[in-house]
Amino acid sequence: MQARKKYVLLGLCSFCWLLLYYLQDRLLGFLAYRRGEGARPWPDWLDRDLLPGFAEHAELLNDGGPGDSPRQRRQAWTGIYKDSRCRMETCFDFARCQALSAFRVYVYPPEKSERVSESYRKILTSVAESRYYTSDPREACLFVLGIDTLDRDQLSTQFVPNVDERIRGYPLWNDGRNHVIFNLYSGTWPNYTEDLGFNMGQAILAKASLNTEHFRPGFDVSIPLFSKEHPQKGGERGWLVRNTVPPRRKYLLMFKGKRYLTGIGSDTRNALHHIHNGKDIVSLTTCRHGKDWEKHKDARCDRDNREYERFDYQELLHNSTFCLVPRGRRLGSFRFLESLQAACIPVLLSNGWELPFSDVIQWNQAVVEGDERLLLQVPSTVRAVSPDRVLALRQRTQMLWDAYFSSVDKIVLTTLEIIKDRVYSHISRNKFMWNALPGGLLVLPEYSTHLAHYPFYYHSLGISPGQEFTAVIHATSPLLSQSQPIMKLLQVVSKSKYCSQIIILWNSEKSLPQRSKWPPMPVPLIVTDGRRKTSSRFLPHAAIETEAVLSLDEDTVLLTSEINFAFHVWRSFPERIVGYPPRSHFWDPVKKAWGYTSKWTNEYSIVLTGAAFYHRYYHHLFSHYLPSSLRALVDRTANCEDILMNFLVSSVTHMPPIKVAQRKQYKEMPTLQGTKMAPWANPEHFTQRQECVNTFASWFGYMPLMHSQFRLDPVLFKDHVSVLRKRYKDLERV
Amino acid sequence: MCAAVKYGSRGPALIPRMKTKHRIYYITLFSVVLLGLIATGMFQFWPHSIESSAEWSLDRRSVHDAPLVRIPVSSPIPERGDLSCRMHTCFDVYRCGYNPKNKIKVYIYPLQRFVDEVGVPISSTGLSREYNDLLSAISDSDFYTDDVTRACLFIPSVDVMNQNSLRIRETAQALAMLPRWDKGMNHLLFNMLPGGPPDYNTALDVPRDRALLAGGGFSTWTYRQGYDVSIPVYSPLSAEVDLPERQPGPRRYFILSSQTAIHREYRVELERLKEENGEALLLLDKCSNLSQGLASVRKRCYKGQVYDYPQILQESSFCVVLRGARLGQATLSDVLQAGCVPVIMADSYILPFSEVLDWKRASVVIPEEKLPEMYTILKSIPHRQVEEMQRQARWFWDAYFSSMKAIGMTTLQIINDRIYPYAARTYEEWNNPPVVKWSSVNSPLFLPLIPPRSPGFTAVVLTYDRIESLFRVITEISKVPSLAKLLVVWNNQNKSPPEETLWPKVAVPLKVVRTKENKLSNRFFPFDEIETEAVLAIDDDIIMLTSDELQFGYEVWREFPDRLVGYPGRLHLWDHEMGKWKYESEWTNEVSMVLTGAAFYHKYFNYLYTYKMPGDIKNWVDAHMNCEDIAMNFLVANITGKAPIKVTPRKKFKCPECTAIDGLSLDQTHMVERSECINKFASVFGTMPLKVVEHRADPVLYKDDFPEKLKSFPNIGSL
Repeated sequence: MQARKKYVLLGLCSFCWLLLYYLQDRLLGFLAYRRGEGARPWPDWLDRDLLPGFAEHAELLNDGGPGDSPRQRRQAWTGIYKDSRCRMETCFDFARCQALSAFRVYVYPPEKSERVSESYRKILTSVAESRYYTSDPREACLFVLGIDTLDRDQLSTQFVPNVDERIRGYPLWNDGRNHVIFNLYSGTWPNYTEDLGFNMGQAILAKASLNTEHFRPGFDVSIPLFSKEHPQKGGERGWLVRNTVPPRRKYLLMFKGKRYLTGIGSDTRNALHHIHNGKDIVSLTTCRHGKDWEKHKDARCDRDNREYERFDYQELLHNSTFCLVPRGRRLGSFRFLESLQAACIPVLLSNGWELPFSDVIQWNQAVVEGDERLLLQVPSTVRAVSPDRVLALRQRTQMLWDAYFSSVDKIVLTTLEIIKDRVYSHISRNKFMWNALPGGLLVLPEYSTHLAHYPFYYHSLGISPGQEFTAVIHATSPLLSQSQPIMKLLQVVSKSKYCSQIIILWNSEKSLPQRSKWPPMPVPLIVTDGRRKTSSRFLPHAAIETEAVLSLDEDTVLLTSEINFAFHVWRSFPERIVGYPPRSHFWDPVKKAWGYTSKWTNEYSIVLTGAAFYHRYYHHLFSHYLPSSLRALVDRTANCEDILMNFLVSSVTHMPPIKVAQRKQYKEMPTLQGTKMAPWANPEHFTQRQECVNTFASWFGYMPLMHSQFRLDPVLFKDHVSVLRKRYKDLERV
Repeated sequence: MCAAVKYGSRGPALIPRMKTKHRIYYITLFSVVLLGLIATGMFQFWPHSIESSAEWSLDRRSVHDAPLVRIPVSSPIPERGDLSCRMHTCFDVYRCGYNPKNKIKVYIYPLQRFVDEVGVPISSTGLSREYNDLLSAISDSDFYTDDVTRACLFIPSVDVMNQNSLRIRETAQALAMLPRWDKGMNHLLFNMLPGGPPDYNTALDVPRDRALLAGGGFSTWTYRQGYDVSIPVYSPLSAEVDLPERQPGPRRYFILSSQTAIHREYRVELERLKEENGEALLLLDKCSNLSQGLASVRKRCYKGQVYDYPQILQESSFCVVLRGARLGQATLSDVLQAGCVPVIMADSYILPFSEVLDWKRASVVIPEEKLPEMYTILKSIPHRQVEEMQRQARWFWDAYFSSMKAIGMTTLQIINDRIYPYAARTYEEWNNPPVVKWSSVNSPLFLPLIPPRSPGFTAVVLTYDRIESLFRVITEISKVPSLAKLLVVWNNQNKSPPEETLWPKVAVPLKVVRTKENKLSNRFFPFDEIETEAVLAIDDDIIMLTSDELQFGYEVWREFPDRLVGYPGRLHLWDHEMGKWKYESEWTNEVSMVLTGAAFYHKYFNYLYTYKMPGDIKNWVDAHMNCEDIAMNFLVANITGKAPIKVTPRKKFKCPECTAIDGLSLDQTHMVERSECINKFASVFGTMPLKVVEHRADPVLYKDDFPEKLKSFPNIGSL
């Protein structure tokens, strides 16, 4: 009995021993592994300090001597680096674009019998209406062909034959130098190569579905594939109207499209059904496409086709967090822009695709770049994207859509601006400007390349706008007496402690009054001649040194404390117009046109620039971004410049202007002189403004003005508290 | 042993009624067994410790002890690098795999000394100090793995930093002999000085199959965008000279040229610029009268005058970096270190780390042809921008150029970002210097949107047991047109909420949630029941707000969906006497907070408050039953950089500060506590994020001489 127990125990012990012995390997292996991670496997050599440097100091200093003659090198380069190895340095004639203002684009007039597709016509219109257009080829820096080169698929009905012979006949062709060739489709079934079917020489290629291999970096421009329905200008806003939290939508990931049974691109498309789970991941493919699909039909087809019919593409687009954008026959697809607009974060499966405007856009902040080889990882990858990041990616899709893709105008203009940035590389936008709101097209590097000079980057730079403003007074009546409204206004403005200088813009029929006629001022007073142009009040006068501009009409009645308060408010909203008298626009369903009203209403969308603060950059945008036709309209009618400014600023900010408290209402009545009617008393004046609103809206392609329902008052405004406590007590004086 | 003793004393069931003799026997047996086990364990551990100590001693070996490898003459030579290589064609992503940490694993080959058949080494220098530093840094980093089977990227220990010291053919053969070479797939080579005389190729000439190249001095024709990494040419002076960071600002010279190997054509141009602009330019060259050696490296001369290099670089606003025979110049690194803005003139040069760094913010790139215009171009840059660039240049050096470690880590991070693009570092992370990162804000709700009115808002009423007042609040709020839902947060665990039939009848869904603990934070919990973005937080005693005021508040929130939009406003002030922050609720002309006893805000901030509140603020609030509104104001201001919006005129609120009867606390102590909150939160946030403004929002026609019945919000400010 006892012996048995002895043996049992002994057995137990040896078993334990064996077990431990057996397991220790793993146990220790685990421990060793843990140690291995932290260990220093690259030895700390004893003679570390004796190791030679990778290069002698002298070697680094001399750097193999000064090298070849730079001039000769540049000449040699042009011989070597052409065609598929083109770069701006070798294939572009900079001499044609000397000064910054010389960036002009010439469009070859299309021949009479020319068949031009809808999309190409839009591209040509965009160029012709842009501020860079010139009708004189001699002053052009860039050339755009009149021949439609968008569709180079020989099987397509849009295909234009004999391009080679025709372009060789052009006297300006010059082997394609300084030419931009737009293309959406190249190659044809079955390989869909990048071949355009003609020799484009040293022309810059602006092409959709560009392959990184063929892309000439810093030379070509990758553009998005867009449909012929893509609007000429303006364009629909993105679909995101609010930021829902949690940001996940009904479906996590979706795809609905063709599955190629054979040929290029079929590898990826054929595999897409694997990730379909019918619940949060919907990946639907149909075999139905082309005429002979049934020939290649496989076992899945019928089931897939049935499932395919169950879901609606638009519904999926609206309700999915991520949208799969796999390659088709070509690398890019319509799907890309569709999901971008729908705020459905694109998940790209298109290896080797040079993304649209990849030179300037940081795509990894707006899309998820997948790898065709790792399709099966896509679900776990997108599942792992944190809600915060989804929120950010989604908003970024909207920002990019709105800034660069929503219309043909924007796509073409972005292409031109990218090329312009390359030509004048030392005066160009940096990556930040391209990727931050409101987008690169609204940033004019000629104004400044310094971020702090723009009204919309203060927050991201962690700074606030300056403490001073410049008053610009628009004077139209001659100087007769010292009691004129402008004299009073000068006193009031100069009393503000934030006023650093006053500029009088002399737009009167009478010549400039003598310096002595103006009262002495505590701040510098500058009088400039506006040459009687209404648009001159928004010229980027070099004298304006402050970020803030206070624009004033000569007969504006204001108090110093009103000015001070408004300036405080502007410093909180430096990207908007902050002013006093509000106006409003509305849609007139009867006339099917926009209307304009100066009646008192519960909301407003315009503040008059007869008394308003805004950032001086808007002067620059007004004078250089807007087309001269709109400025000419303003000058011709001597009207609407304030409406145009409001259009401009709202199109930049996507926000309404801000109205602040004012003691007296801005009275619309003839001035005291009585001799001359104030322009706004004229009924024609009002009709003109109606027309202006519609003209402007049609140039912008949409209505940028937005309504606001509040005005900003001082915190204690009209509160039941002693006036002594109030900082802006003057505002309440009757 | 212990167990045995225990067993013995207790007389366990297994060995009942044992005799002492047996007991001793068993104890001995157990001891032997246990000792044996321990010994085995020790033995098993020992070899490892011995091994690791051996490793340690090996650690202290000389590089000359590295194993010698003879390369047979016929050993295969890799193909020349394929210019069309890209990540999706020449890189095997399967090796990297899906990885929750989104971090690639890097393996470093052990050092070997390669020699040809006659025993001549493949490189005249062997392992260089810089390459050794680089490999040590990588092996110390998170990227490193010693498990070759788990590695995604392989780094040969063959030093190819300087092509001049290499025998090209043999080096290539050595690479091909690496056990995992496999056509160079996933291999990364570091090279700083490519090419050789006379034509100096811009990429390493060593045939390398598909290996990735981190190269200094790529031109646009040799650089495979998205595949290769452009790295700087490391300047050994970085380690030798300590240049303290200088405040950005104007310097003695405007432009300085310090390179010695400048082509005559360019030197002539520079001389001409100097003639035209005089003292503003300083053109240095090597010193002819000094003896060769290290001293001459650290000196530059102009007309017999000797200057210390690189110190002199700090005396200039702009420093010229011209190409020489090669595109990449070590001078660039010196210039950045000095906080001098580089003026880079090297056509076709791919700037270091250009994939992620925005060089336009730290340098001026001018086409070589435009050298004569350099002065005019630089003069047109505003002073403030030059200062920014100086700061940026120095920061680039600190972060990405200062050591081989910095260069190596940046390179790996760039490759890592390509493999896990969805976890890539952002532009701001790469480019914003710490001072900007610290002060700037990137609001999570950055898109300018005015959300539609239709979804309405959800009112969240926090209550404890003031039923009567609660019912009045509910009745009042239910009159607001845009109210979508009412959520009552029942914070009383001792009492059940009243029966359903007793609640006021309201047109919108009314939901009561009971909480587990009586915490103030509960009011900011992101309840699933909140289906709208807009949340109205309201106390159960705020009965004085009219329906017009609430509706107007909602309309204002729609125009500021990223801010707190509330009714009673408060202010923080700096108390100079006490040297700390003070809370102010009296009639002030300014506002920096709004009370969340009645405020609209985006539901996103509920998540932020509940899950991302920094430090112990949340617990502190719950423990003190106070300041949850101040915490919310801090949180929102900190992440958006914006002030809250106070709406509508001041009213007599039945707020904590105004009543001492049934409120949370008495006047005086309450105020003191709230001041304390501000100081505490400011120290937790490390800054004072609150922004002070002087405005509030009123309806456009508020107090205007206009028929009341035509106003959208006539009933504003009534008492």
